[in-house]
Amino acid sequence: MAQETTYYKPEDLKKFGNIGEFEPDLAKKFFDYYGSVFADGALSAKEKSLIALAVAHVVQCPYCIDAYTTDTLEKGATEEQLWEAIHVGAAIRSGSTLVHSVQALNKVKELGV
Amino acid sequence: MKSLLARGSELASSKEQLKILTEVSEKLNLPSFSAKLKEAGLFPLRPTGVDILQVNVGKLCNQTCRHCHVDAGPDRREIMTRETMQECLVALATPGVTTLDITGGAPEMNPNFRWFVEEASKFGKKIMIRCNLTILLAGEKYRDLPEFFAEHKVEVVSSLPYFQKRRTDAQRGEGVFDRSIEALRKLNSLGYGIANSGLVLNLVYNPVGAFLAGGQSTLENDFKKELKQVHDVQFNSLFALTNMPISRFLESLLENGNIDAYLEKLVTAFNPVAATGVMCRNTLSVGWDGSLYDCDFNQMLDMKIEGTVSKISEFNKSVLDSREILLHQHCYGCTAGAGSSCGGSIA
Ligand code: SF4
Ligand code: SF4
Repeated sequence: MAQETTYYKPEDLKKFGNIGEFEPDLAKKFFDYYGSVFADGALSAKEKSLIALAVAHVVQCPYCIDAYTTDTLEKGATEEQLWEAIHVGAAIRSGSTLVHSVQALNKVKELGV
Repeated sequence: MKSLLARGSELASSKEQLKILTEVSEKLNLPSFSAKLKEAGLFPLRPTGVDILQVNVGKLCNQTCRHCHVDAGPDRREIMTRETMQECLVALATPGVTTLDITGGAPEMNPNFRWFVEEASKFGKKIMIRCNLTILLAGEKYRDLPEFFAEHKVEVVSSLPYFQKRRTDAQRGEGVFDRSIEALRKLNSLGYGIANSGLVLNLVYNPVGAFLAGGQSTLENDFKKELKQVHDVQFNSLFALTNMPISRFLESLLENGNIDAYLEKLVTAFNPVAATGVMCRNTLSVGWDGSLYDCDFNQMLDMKIEGTVSKISEFNKSVLDSREILLHQHCYGCTAGAGSSCGGSIA
């Protein structure tokens, strides 16, 4: 058999619900909370799904990218909407890297280079 | 693209399609649809009554959409005769049958189509026509169809898989989106889809790919907003349908390697509430040769109804109302998520 080259297996996504096997109470609380978070509210379920897709890219979770790409399509999102959401995540990630350079700038000045 | 039949594909055979669905289900250890209905206390599945007569007047079509469950196309020749239509009219006259739902192929291409609608309209019952839109622009012969529909107060139900060109054309063929928009504008100009005009224009959405249709009302809002703002087009309601894993959609699932995941998804998303409202419970489907089926999908899978009545000429409402509906694994397509029938989400 070919050697596994990754810890991530697409079929494991379907087993997400099994995480309650050894700790059902906390898992139930999590899934109840999760369900409430993604229900239609002040933001529509579709908007929430697009946010989830952006965050999935930022935290680089392949399971969530898989799940929320499908979910946004199911909710009728356009490809443009998917990619704009992903770019929002990317912009925040790069912006948050760059904004820390203010600290570097301060240090450079403090050291009087 | 040609139909599966014209290409000599193995998938043109309904036996082959059912075999694949059975094999995939066994390989993945998926429960049979009947077993799932038993769990839900719905087996055997029986009609609530034949309210709607859905008549498939033939497989001839001006399009060859990638997901077509009929395997329709310009190369198909199966067409309902006027005699069989006459038998359908007799059945339509039966008290309790409220609606005639005409489908195909492109039903307008049947040479007896207009005669059929004219005769049916004399009963004062609801008449629906499944119109693919582009047929309305397919030449002189068809150009005045919108006026014909309006004159007979026919409800128009039209497929528009998406409110953007790319996905629509990917599924239904190059240029279909632009022509569909033109046809919709024509229908709007006659009052179709305009509030309080009395002329109903509904659109049908189905996913362009191996995923489900979620959130019919959100989708309807998106379609309404986009079509109005970008194309100045209006319609009444959007019906969100699930693609059935049969015929040409089955072909694309096999080609893309999505068949296992799709079938598993349909089964996982089984919704008992949707199962109570599947369309076979209030609809009877008539094939081009007058044979009877529980639904248009069973028709394409050659699963003729059970019991003593087998042809529309033998129509007997009380016998048909008490029949047992035939089921197979494709039925999961009707009960996944919010469910899917010719009228859209059902739960
Ligand atoms: S889906 Fe409709 S329009 Fe497309 S080929 Fe089939 S019958 Fe024709
Ligand atoms: S596929 Fe036909 S028989 Fe099966 S549940 Fe759907 S409507 Fe009923």
